[in-house]
Amino acid sequence: MKTNQKNSRLLSSLLSYYPRLPENSNGHPVVSEIRQKAFERLKDIGLPGNKDDKWRDSGFMDIFNREFKMETEPAPYQKTINEIFECEIYDFHSEIISVLNGHYYAKDPEEIRTLENGVRVGSILTAQKEFPGLFDQYFGKIGDDQTDGLKAANSAFFKDGVFIYVPDGVEVKDALQLIKMVNEQGNPFIASRNLIILGKNSKLTFMHCDDSINHLSSFINTFTEIHVGENATLELYKLQNLNDESALLNNTFIRQGRNSRTSAIVLSLNGGKIRNELHIDLNGEGAETDLSGVYLMDKEQHIDNQVYVNHLVPHCNSKTLYKGVLDNKATGIFRGYIYVKQDAQKTNAFQKNNNILMTSDARIDTMPFLEIYADDVKCSHGATVGQLDDEALFYLMQRGISRENATLLLMNAFTSEVTSKISIEPLKNSIEDMIKKRLRGELSICDKCILHCTVPDKPVEFEIDLSKI
Amino acid sequence: MGDEKKKNNVVQEVTTSEYKYGFVSDIEMDTAPKGLNEDIIRLISKKKNEPQWLLDFRLKAYRHWLKMKEPNWAHIKYPPIDFQDIIYYAAPKKKKQLSSLDEVDPELLETFNKLGISLDEQKMLAGVAVDAVIDSVSVKTTFKDTLAKHNIIFCSFSEAVQNHPELVKKYMGKAVPYTDNYFAALNSAVFSDGSFCFIPKGVRSPIELSTYFRINAANTGQFERTLIIAEEGGYVSYLEGCTAPMRDENQLHAAVVEIIAMDDAEVKYSTVQNWYPGDKEGKGGVYNFVTKRGICKGKNSKISWTQVETGSAITWKYPSCMLIGDNSVGEFYSVAVTNNYQQADTGTKMVHIGRNTKSTIISKGISAGHSNNSYRGLVRVSKKAENARNYSQCDSLLLGDKCGAHTFPYIKTGNNTAIVEHEATTSKISEDQLFYCQQRGIDMEKAIGLIVNGYAKQVLNKLPMEFAIEAQKLLAITLEGSVG
Repeated sequence: MKTNQKNSRLLSSLLSYYPRLPENSNGHPVVSEIRQKAFERLKDIGLPGNKDDKWRDSGFMDIFNREFKMETEPAPYQKTINEIFECEIYDFHSEIISVLNGHYYAKDPEEIRTLENGVRVGSILTAQKEFPGLFDQYFGKIGDDQTDGLKAANSAFFKDGVFIYVPDGVEVKDALQLIKMVNEQGNPFIASRNLIILGKNSKLTFMHCDDSINHLSSFINTFTEIHVGENATLELYKLQNLNDESALLNNTFIRQGRNSRTSAIVLSLNGGKIRNELHIDLNGEGAETDLSGVYLMDKEQHIDNQVYVNHLVPHCNSKTLYKGVLDNKATGIFRGYIYVKQDAQKTNAFQKNNNILMTSDARIDTMPFLEIYADDVKCSHGATVGQLDDEALFYLMQRGISRENATLLLMNAFTSEVTSKISIEPLKNSIEDMIKKRLRGELSICDKCILHCTVPDKPVEFEIDLSKI
Repeated sequence: MGDEKKKNNVVQEVTTSEYKYGFVSDIEMDTAPKGLNEDIIRLISKKKNEPQWLLDFRLKAYRHWLKMKEPNWAHIKYPPIDFQDIIYYAAPKKKKQLSSLDEVDPELLETFNKLGISLDEQKMLAGVAVDAVIDSVSVKTTFKDTLAKHNIIFCSFSEAVQNHPELVKKYMGKAVPYTDNYFAALNSAVFSDGSFCFIPKGVRSPIELSTYFRINAANTGQFERTLIIAEEGGYVSYLEGCTAPMRDENQLHAAVVEIIAMDDAEVKYSTVQNWYPGDKEGKGGVYNFVTKRGICKGKNSKISWTQVETGSAITWKYPSCMLIGDNSVGEFYSVAVTNNYQQADTGTKMVHIGRNTKSTIISKGISAGHSNNSYRGLVRVSKKAENARNYSQCDSLLLGDKCGAHTFPYIKTGNNTAIVEHEATTSKISEDQLFYCQQRGIDMEKAIGLIVNGYAKQVLNKLPMEFAIEAQKLLAITLEGSVG
C-alpha cells in the first residue's frame, strides 16, 4: 500500500542534502551504487506513513516534521570514551568500540585494529577500502527492504559505523562492546551502519549500547548487518538507555548459516522513542535462534519492537520472548512475525509477549503473527496484557513488605525470565541492578554513570522493613 | 451403537460425493441489465417500490463507494473484479404477493427440497422458521403465525421496508455504516433483499429463525442485508445457510449483517457457509466478502457469532462485536476449512468500550490442498473500558505440505485493568493420533475426519443441533481427497 509520507521536513532535508553528502564523494564503488539506489528509492517511496501496516500507530510519525541537522563533523579525538562516559561493569571485561555522533571514534579512526586471533575491528569506511573482497561479499546483502523509506535513508546517508570480522574458528573471549553516543546540538539526523561477520565455527559476544550523555535531542538511524557463519555462535546484547528527547531506530538483520546459534537480548530501559527491528533469516539447516527483550517505559516514551523470524530451511528452531512494563503515558508496540517457508519442515517456532500496564493512560498494541506454509511444524504464540497478580501482592504485603517494594519485587520477577538468560554473570548482575533502579525510577539516563553499577560493597537490594515483620 | 453406525454411514456417503448443491434451477428470472450506475440503483429501488429516503441512502452509499479503493490488506489473491460485469438484480418472477405456498413456483419449491430445506410449514422442519432468499429476493418466510403470536417480526428486508419503515430507518446502517468499507458501501448501494428480525421487549423467541441464501442465476452478484434487533430482554437464535450452483466464473457475494442488542438482550448468530468453493483446480467459486457486526448497546447484552466456513473460493469476513453496554459479552466461535485453492481470511473484532465487558474468541482453522487460511482478529480495549477481559485461542491444523495457515492477531490495550490473553498454535495432525486410529482398524481418511471433527468440536458444540450435524458432514466433504 503506497501510503507513505512524501512531504515531511525530514524527507525534504534528506533529499536536498544528498548531493552534498561528503561520504559519497570518494566512496567505494559498491557502496556508492547502493547509496544511489537507496536514494532513488527514498525519493520514490518517501518516509513511512501511519497507514503503512508496519508503522501504524508508531510514535515516530510526529518527529518527521521536526527540523533536522544533517551535517555532523567527526569530533576530534580528545579523551578515551571512558573519560566521557563511565560505563564500567564490575568484573566484566570488554573491548570497547565507540561511535560518537555517527562517526567512528578512536585515536586513529583510519586504523583497523587487529585483536587476538586476528579479529578485525574498525570503521566501516576504512574497511571498505582495506578489505574490498570481504566487504563486497557481505555488505548490503541482507535487509534490502524495498518498502521502508527509513531503511533506504540509512543506506543512502550512513556516515560511518563499525566493521567487525571474526575469522573462521576463532572464539573471542572478551565481549566487544559498541557504545554509541550523541553529543551534538541542533537535533541531528544520524545514520550509522555496522557490518559484522562471523566466520565458520567462530564465537562472538557483542554488546550494542545506545546511551545519552546529555538531554539533547536527536534521531539515530542505525542499521546492523550480521552474518553468522556455519556452526558459529553469536551472543548479542542491546542495551538502550537514552534521554527522553532521543529517537532511536535500530534495524538489525541477522543471517544464520548451518548449525549456527544466535541469542539476542534487547533491553530498552529508557528513551523518548525507540524502534527495534530484529530480522532473523534462518538460512542453514539446524540453525537456532533465541530472541528476548525487556522494555520498561514511562512518561510519554514510546517503544516499538518488531521481531521477524524467517524460517527458510528445514530443521530450525526459534524462540521469542518479550516482556514489558509500561507506566504513566507510555505507549508500546510489539509485532512478532514468524514466517515458515514452504518446505521448511520440522520447524519449531515459539513466540511470547507479556505486558504489564501500570496506568490507564499507558497503551500497548501487540501483534504476534504467524505465517506458515509448511505442515510438519510446531509453532505457537501467546500474548498477554494484564496487571500484577493481586494475590501475589497481598501475599508479600502480608509478610510486611510495603506495597511499593512488593510491586518492585514482582516486576523484577516478571523481567527476570529474560534477564536470567544472560550468560555472563557480571553483566547479568549489572543489568538486573539497572532494571531494579529503573523500576524504582532512579535511573534516567546513564548520566556520567551515576550508577557505578554493581560493586560488591554497594549491592542494590530491596529494603524490607524488618520491624514490621 | 446404532446411532454411531448411522452417523458413520452418513459420513461415508458424504465423503464420496462432490459439491451436491451445485445444480442450477430453471426458474424464470427477472434480471436487471449488467453493470452499475445510478440508473441501476434507481431501477432496483423502483422495482422494490422503496420510499425516497432509502433511495437517497443507496445513492449516498454509491457515491461514497466510487471514492473508495478496494482493500488489499487481506492475505488473499484474486484477479480484479469487474464491477460493471455483474448483474446487480435478479429475482424469481413473482406473481405479485404470495399468500400461500400453492402460489410459489413449483420449480422453486423443488429447489429448496433438493437443498433439504422445507418451506412447507406442514413438515415443520424441527421447528425452525425459514426465510429463503434466492438470488436477490426473499421468496418465502415460514412460521409467520407462531412468530406473530409473540409479536416477533421476521420477514424479508423489503417487506420490513414496506411494513415497518420506522424500524428500518432507525436501525439500518447503525452497526455497519455505508462508509465502513468498500464492500459494505457497495452493498448499501445495491442490496436487493435479506432478512429482518425484530424481537420486542422481554420476548424470547420460541423457535430458531433461519435464513437460507442461494445464488442461482449466472453472472449475478448477491447483495443481501440482514438486520436483527433485540430489544430489552429479548433473545433469538438465528441461523444462516447458503449454497450456490457450480459455475466456472467467479460470483460475488457481498452481504451486510447488522445486529443490535439492547439491555439484557441476547442474539446468537450461527452461520454454515457453503457457497460453491470452485473446482479442484480453483476454477470458479464464490467470492464471499461479507461485513458482519453486532452492537451490544445495552447493559448485560450478549452477541455470539458461530460460524462454520467450508465453502467459497475466497472468504473475507470478520463478524465483530462492539461491546458498548456495561457488562456486555461478545463471543466468536469459528471453524474455517479450506481445501484445493480456497482462500480464507477471517476472524473477528472485539471492541471493548463499556465497563466489565468480556469477549471470547475460539478460532479453528484447517487448511488442506493448496489453500491458504488466515485468522485475522482485533481485540481493542479502549481507555475507559475498565475490567475488560478477553481470551482468544486460534489454532491451525495443516493437512498437506502445499497449504498455508496464518494467524494475524492485533491486540490493542489502552486500559491497565484489562486482562487480554491470546494463544495460538499451528501444527499438523498428530502422527500418534492417526496411528492410534489406524491401529484400531479405522482407515486413514476416516481417521482424519474423526480427528478433525474432534478438533472442531469446541466450536461445533455451539451450533444448534441440526446445524451441527450438517456442519460435521460439510467438514468431511470439504476435506475429502485431501489426504495424501
